Amino acid sequence: MTKKIIKIDRDLCKGCGICIEYCPKDVLVGSDDLNRYDNHFPEVLCAQRCILCRRCELYCPDFAIEVEG
Amino acid sequence: MITAAEIKEKYVRNHPSPFCPGCGGGMVLNAMSRAVERSDVEKEDIVAVSGIGCAAWIPSPHWRVDTLHTTHGRAIPFASGVKIANRDLEVMVVSGDGDCAGIGGNHLLHGARNNIDLNVLMVNNGLYAMTGGQVAPTTEHGERTLTTPHGNPASSFEVAEVVKAAGASHVARWTTYHMKELIAEVEKAMETDGFSFIEIMTQCPTRKGKKQGMDGIDMLAWYKENTSKDKESDKMFVGTLCDVEKPELVGSIYRQIDELGGV
Repeated sequence: MTKKIIKIDRDLCKGCGICIEYCPKDVLVGSDDLNRYDNHFPEVLCAQRCILCRRCELYCPDFAIEVEG
Repeated sequence: MITAAEIKEKYVRNHPSPFCPGCGGGMVLNAMSRAVERSDVEKEDIVAVSGIGCAAWIPSPHWRVDTLHTTHGRAIPFASGVKIANRDLEVMVVSGDGDCAGIGGNHLLHGARNNIDLNVLMVNNGLYAMTGGQVAPTTEHGERTLTTPHGNPASSFEVAEVVKAAGASHVARWTTYHMKELIAEVEKAMETDGFSFIEIMTQCPTRKGKKQGMDGIDMLAWYKENTSKDKESDKMFVGTLCDVEKPELVGSIYRQIDELGGV
């Protein structure tokens, strides 16, 4: 099984939460930390749960998520 | 397959954008970039023309192609000039609903009537968002905005149907929830020889969402629940409204020039 890597550019995130809500496998969760614009960026909970649907890449309005795998 | 990082590197500039958190503007930018990547068109041959408003900021300055940021409502006349002057260019017009259907409504009708080979993407968030959220021709009846605090007394404009009736070759409606379909539709619009119009229903969490107690996530869910690909359904239809072959303006002009022996 290939290794799945979900890269999140935390400083591009505006904290809208669309990626967390629309991930079909609940791979992402909101972080407790804040980025430089005081937004709660998403964090990867379990990358191996990812089914590579790439919905987060398509739905992120700020191009902050990249999925490799 | 091109990765998201390559799409960002190749097509996007000046990020982070000034769009509000959860705004669909960035999603439209993503869809346009992916559609161009999938098509045969090189990004050097694209000119993106926009008017004034939030949606006009999607291509200019955030899309890494040649852009023209023009006066309010006049994106289609400027784009027509570009297309007639150099018909080898692929001209994209990205305009908001207030800009395209409100201020520049007559230009939209005559662009469709002329059937000039433009790709018009109307980003419809249902109000004038940039200026504070005033009522627009696309605001639904009874909807609260800044200037209609007790609900919009007027009715909204079915822009896609009007453009279809005005004579456009290709008319479609999608929402930002339907990203994959939207990418395929933009690609199809670029292939169409004639006026292509895509109405993209987009969430505005700041100006519209706050009045209705919704955020970007709720508005996307609303689009999911209240749209249908079935024309018989009571829900809002999403899909291709018409796709017909008609005589195109720029081709006809150049054919006449050739017949008359050049300029």
